[in-house]
Order: sequence, then C-alpha cells, then structure tokens
Amino acid sequence: MISYELIGITVLWLFLFGYLIVASIDYGAGFFAFYARMTKQDHLLNRLISRYLSPVWEITNVFLVFFYVGIVGFFPDTAYYYGSALLVPGSIAVVLLAIRGSFYAFENYGSKENVLYLFLYGASGLLIPASLSVALTLSEGGFIVKEGNAVFLAYKTLFTSPLSWSIVALALVSVLFISGTFLAFYASRAGDRSALNLMRTYALFWSTPTIIAALTAFIYLSQHNERHFQNMMDLWWLLALSIGFFMVAMWLLYNGRRYGLAFICVMLQFFCAFFAYGIGHYPYILDPFITIQGGATTEATGIALVMAFVGGLCLLIPSLILVFRLFLFDADYVKGNK
Amino acid sequence: MEIDTVLWSRLVTGLTLTFHVIFATVGVGVPLMIAIAEFVGIRKKDHHYILMAKRWTRGFIISVAVGVVTGTAIALQLALVWPNFMQLAGNVVALPLFMEVFAFFFEAIFLGIYLYTWDRFRSPYTHWLLTIPIVLGASMSAFFITSVNGFMNQPEGFVMEAGHFVAVNPIEAMFNTATPSKVFHVLSSAYMTGAALLAGIAAYVLLKKGPSVYYKKALKLMMGAVLIFGLLTAVAGDMSAKFLAAHQPEKLAAAEWHFETESGADLVLLGWLNAEREIMGAFHIPKALSFLAFGDFNAEVTGLNEFPLDEQPPLIVHYLFDAMAGIGFVIPAIAALYFLFLIWKRRNELNKWLLRGILLCAPLAFLAIELGWFYAEVGRQPWILRGYMRVEEAATTSPSIRILFFVFLLLYIVLGTLCVIVLRRLFRNNPAEAELDKLLEEKRDKASGKGEPA
Repeated sequence: MISYELIGITVLWLFLFGYLIVASIDYGAGFFAFYARMTKQDHLLNRLISRYLSPVWEITNVFLVFFYVGIVGFFPDTAYYYGSALLVPGSIAVVLLAIRGSFYAFENYGSKENVLYLFLYGASGLLIPASLSVALTLSEGGFIVKEGNAVFLAYKTLFTSPLSWSIVALALVSVLFISGTFLAFYASRAGDRSALNLMRTYALFWSTPTIIAALTAFIYLSQHNERHFQNMMDLWWLLALSIGFFMVAMWLLYNGRRYGLAFICVMLQFFCAFFAYGIGHYPYILDPFITIQGGATTEATGIALVMAFVGGLCLLIPSLILVFRLFLFDADYVKGNK
Repeated sequence: MEIDTVLWSRLVTGLTLTFHVIFATVGVGVPLMIAIAEFVGIRKKDHHYILMAKRWTRGFIISVAVGVVTGTAIALQLALVWPNFMQLAGNVVALPLFMEVFAFFFEAIFLGIYLYTWDRFRSPYTHWLLTIPIVLGASMSAFFITSVNGFMNQPEGFVMEAGHFVAVNPIEAMFNTATPSKVFHVLSSAYMTGAALLAGIAAYVLLKKGPSVYYKKALKLMMGAVLIFGLLTAVAGDMSAKFLAAHQPEKLAAAEWHFETESGADLVLLGWLNAEREIMGAFHIPKALSFLAFGDFNAEVTGLNEFPLDEQPPLIVHYLFDAMAGIGFVIPAIAALYFLFLIWKRRNELNKWLLRGILLCAPLAFLAIELGWFYAEVGRQPWILRGYMRVEEAATTSPSIRILFFVFLLLYIVLGTLCVIVLRRLFRNNPAEAELDKLLEEKRDKASGKGEPA
C-alpha cells in the first residue's frame, strides 16, 4: 500500500505538469500574438489563437489554483514557508495573472485593437512563467532563511544565483517551444497554410534554445544541489527518453508532417524530464525544511483529499474530453465553420 | 510594528474580499437566472426570453472573468498573507478548499462550452442542459467556501494538543454547526441579488426609454425571482440569528448592543452609545430579541458583559447588522408591491416611482451583501479561528504587506473601471429590439436555406 502523501505528491506533480502544458500554450500564444502584430503578420494568427484559447482560458487558470490548493492541503507546512517567503513575488504573479485574465474577458470588446493591451498580454505571457518558476528555484534550498519564527527570502542570493536565472531562461524558452508546436498543430488542423508555416518556423526556432537552457540549468543544478543532481543521474534513462522524444519531434516538425504526433512527442519530452526532476527531488519538497513525510497533513485529511480527488476526476475527465471534442477535434469548429 | 503589519494584512484581505464578493455574488446568482430565462424561452417558444439568456450571458462572462481573477488572488493570498493560519488550519480545511476548486473547474468547463455552442445542437434543450452544471458548480463552490468560513467561526472536527490538531475529521469540520445556516443565507441572498440586479437593469431601461415588450417580460420574470429569494433570504437570516444566539452569543450581543444577560430582551434598532456604553436615541421593541433568538418572548439572551473585554467584537457591527437586515426587508417588500400593482389592475405596475424603487434595489442588494459579510467577519474579531487562534498570531510579519495593499488597490480600481467601460460599450449601442430583429432574421434565413434543394 502506497502512503497517501506519496499519492498526493504524485497527483500534484501530474497537475503541475498539466498546468505546464496548457499554460505554456496560453502564455506563448500571448507572446506570439504580440510579436506577429509587431511584424505585421497578426492577421495570420489572431483568429487561430482566439478560437482555441477563448473557451479554455478559465480551465488553464483552474489548473494553477488546483495545484496550489492541493499542495497547501497535502503539505500545510508549504503554506508557512512559501507563503512567508513568497509574499512579494507571489503578489506580483497575482497581478500579472489578473491582467492576463481580464484580457480574455475584454478581448471580444475591443481591447485586441489596443497595442498597449496586446503588449501587456504578450509581456505577461513571459513574466508569469518567470515569476512562477521562482518557486521551483526556491525548492532547491539555500534561498529561504529562517531566523527564530520568521522566514525570509534571501533576495540577494536569489538574484545573483546562476541557477535561478537558468531556470527562468528554461521556463521562458520552453513556453515558446511548447506553444509554437501546439499552435502549428492547431493551424494544420484548421487547414490554415500561412499560419501553419509561421508557427512551424517559431517552433523550430525555439527548439534549440530550449535544449541549451535545459542543459545549462542541469549543470548549475549540479553545482547548487549535489544530491538532487546525483538522484537525477540515477534516472538517466528518463532523461535519455526525453531527448529521444525531442529528436522525434524535431524530425517531424522539420519534415513538416504529422504535427499532432510532433506535439505529443513534445509533451512526452517534457513529461520525462519533469518527472526525472521531480523524482530526483524526493524526499524533499523544500530542501531542507519540508520533506514529503514530515510535512504531510494529518492522515484523515490526506485520505479524504485523495478520495475527493478520485471523485473529482470522475467528473472532470469526461468533461475535459467533451471540451476537447468540441473545440479541438471538431474539424468544423477548428476551421471556423461553427 | 507587529500590530501594524497585522492591520495591513487585514486590510489587504478585506479589500480583496470586498471586491471579490461583488463578482462572486453575480457568479452564483446570475447563472440561475440565465437558466430560468432560457428554459422559459424554449418552453414558451418565445424569442424574448432566449435573447434575455444570451444578453445576460454576454454580460455575465465579463464579471466571471473579474471574479476568476480576484478569486485566484484570494486563494493565493490565504497562504501569502496568513501563513501561520494556513499551516495550522490547512490540516482541516484543505478538503472543502480542494472541493471548491473542483466545483469551480466543473463550472468553468461547462461555461466555456455553453458560451461557444449556441445553435450547435439539434434540440434546444441540449444547450439548456449545459446550464445545470454551471448553476450547480457555482452553487457548490459557494457551499464549499462558505463551509470553510463556517469552520473559522465554529471550529469543529479535531482535538487540539500542544498547538497541533490531532484526531482530525475533515467531514465533521466541513459540516460544522455554522455551515447550514451560512450556506442557506449565502445562496438565497446571492440568487436574490442576481435577480435584483437584472430587474434593476430592466427598470432602468423602462424608465429611460419607455415601455418595451422585452424589458417588461424581463422585469416580471426577475421580480418573481426577487420575491421568492427575498423571502427565503429573510428565513435564512432568521435561522442565522438563531444559530448565533445558541453558538456565538457574543457576535449577536455585539450586533444588538445587548450587554446584560436577561430574559425577555429588547430588540434595539439604530441609536448610538455614550461614553458609558449606554444606548441613546434607539428604538426598543420589547422582548423581540428573545423571540428572534429563541422563538420565545421570555427566553434568556446572553449579554456581551459575560465575555472578557479582549474577546469582545467591536460594537460598530450594530450598524452593519441593522442596515443589512433593513435592506433585507425593503427588497421583498418592493417586489410584493410590484405584484400587488400587477394583479390589482387599478394601479400601473410600471409606475415611475415603483420603477425607481426597483432600480434602487440592485445597488441596495449588493450593499446588503457587503454589510452582511462585514458583520460576519468583523463580528468574530479578535479571532481568526474562533477560540483557537487570534488574528495577530496568524498574519505575515513581512513589512512589504503595506505596499502590497496599495498595489492591489490600484489593480482593483483598474479592473473595476475596465469592467464598467466594457459592459457599457457592450450594451449601450446594442438595444435588445435591434438584436431581436437580427436574431429572427437569422432564423428565417436558416429555415429558408434548409428548404432549398441541396
């Protein structure tokens, strides 16, 4: 019997991965929309982007809240440490998310024409992943200081650490890479040649920085947290799989066919890397303050949460399938006939 | 310095919730009205009601966006501003918080589908069915989040040992004694406010542009909802007062300025206190408080003096309570008057003064919601977890909280302004009549298009 806290962290990690994918599509789209506008190619992209993203933006947001409430629920200590340390960066992320969320509500009513708003939409698409990735950096340890009962974030250490910057860089470029691949796939489904060509170029362009940033972050991690790095090296086969999927995706994109498969390969590439990273982190959630066993909630709550989770999934999975069938795999809708 | 950050923490949370509750109420109340309108429209084959559902949805989605954004803010702020509280209470309240997100997820999914599938299904009822998960999801999230608040007022379902919760029972915590009356009150008042808002809009247009079939229908439908949910809200309010009398007597005593424990206690309306805490210039209704609290004119009601001074809520809550309850009587009364005029043909139900009254009900309903929440929250000071944790033990110690208050204030001002601008732009130059003509024309085109041979 696996302990409930292990189930909890696995589920949460899955949700974080889900957020990583759906949010990347969203955040990258913001940047591409702005970039296309600046290079006067926006007519190619705008319809494509709004057609897929408008029905699902709220779902994207829920993924984040879900993960957040889940981790605080399963591991209440995280609320104390991260909550105390992240007051400022967390609040900045809230403001950015607010700007972005309002864009979708207001976009149908004129804000899309407004360059300033489009700039905010694009910029928040890059700044949100950057601000959220700070939490991942913190979990490596050494950035949170505890004095007596007070918990502080060591800003100077954080801002001068090559590790934190390489994680930010990785977050940024992978957002653009994932989003580019997905939108290329969506354009190919819509039979929109010109948008497809543009998105394919973007996807190919951002693939190289993604792999370079991943390697850089890996190297800096080895200097910052020896234990985590060693654990990940023991999972070398997962990392190798990840690189394998990346190569397949590149080959498909380069040859310009099977975009759906290419996107699945990109997802699997990140899945393997993300889980290698997560498993390597075990048993710490926040090195060295919170471990999975030590920080877990009371057993009754933990079990209730797992049960609520199973029940919830029974509702959610069919609903999500319905959404995807209506907006992603309904050829008529994608092509704009509905 | 310590007290200072506590005050700023309270202000940040209060600000976010005050702003959020407007949109949350719309988010819970309006979907039910949309569902009712669409159902009536399909049932009666009346395009007016279908158009109502369409137009309301279009406005609704904008307020949902602001609600989602501020809801995300409050979710994150729970741990950012109150880290010690979440570390302790997270062990117990995680379950309803988690379920709330599920309910919200569910609603978000079907809202997206509902919005983008008008006319995509063969039977109109299929599209209407999509409103059920939306209404359910919205009401379920209200239920779960209110149960968390109920827990903070009435912590149950655990044993406290050396500063930690042991023997936790999350289900018992979720269905604490405070939950039923709170949820009932929150839901009924949200439905009433949603209906009052839509009725107010209809009254506004009728006042400004004269009689119109569409707005008359909207007004009548929504006044019916206001009346029903207004009466239910009054019942729920009475239940809440009885709950307070039995389980949180200090909160009720503070609201009623009831200092000495006595039987046959008077109900005190308005008035003010002098320096010796004596009530001046108030209306007293003999023995009414005892009756309201226990259903017995001679029942004994616990007075505020039974509680130590540092555990007494601020006495200002008296005004919040009186104003909320006053509005709670005015709104159903106006709705009743409307139907009286409607049935009793000698009066015109579209009387200018009545319409003005109905229009006024919309902001009043929102005001009552805010006042009710202020009363509920300020009334449990100094506790964050009543009887277990005081507010100052729970707050963050970071001095940055002061600046963040102004950051969030600015954010909400911008969001609120944008929301109003967009909503005005949406409806100002797009009258319902013109849209109805367009809708009928499209229907005709479609019908004749089908008739042609392929």
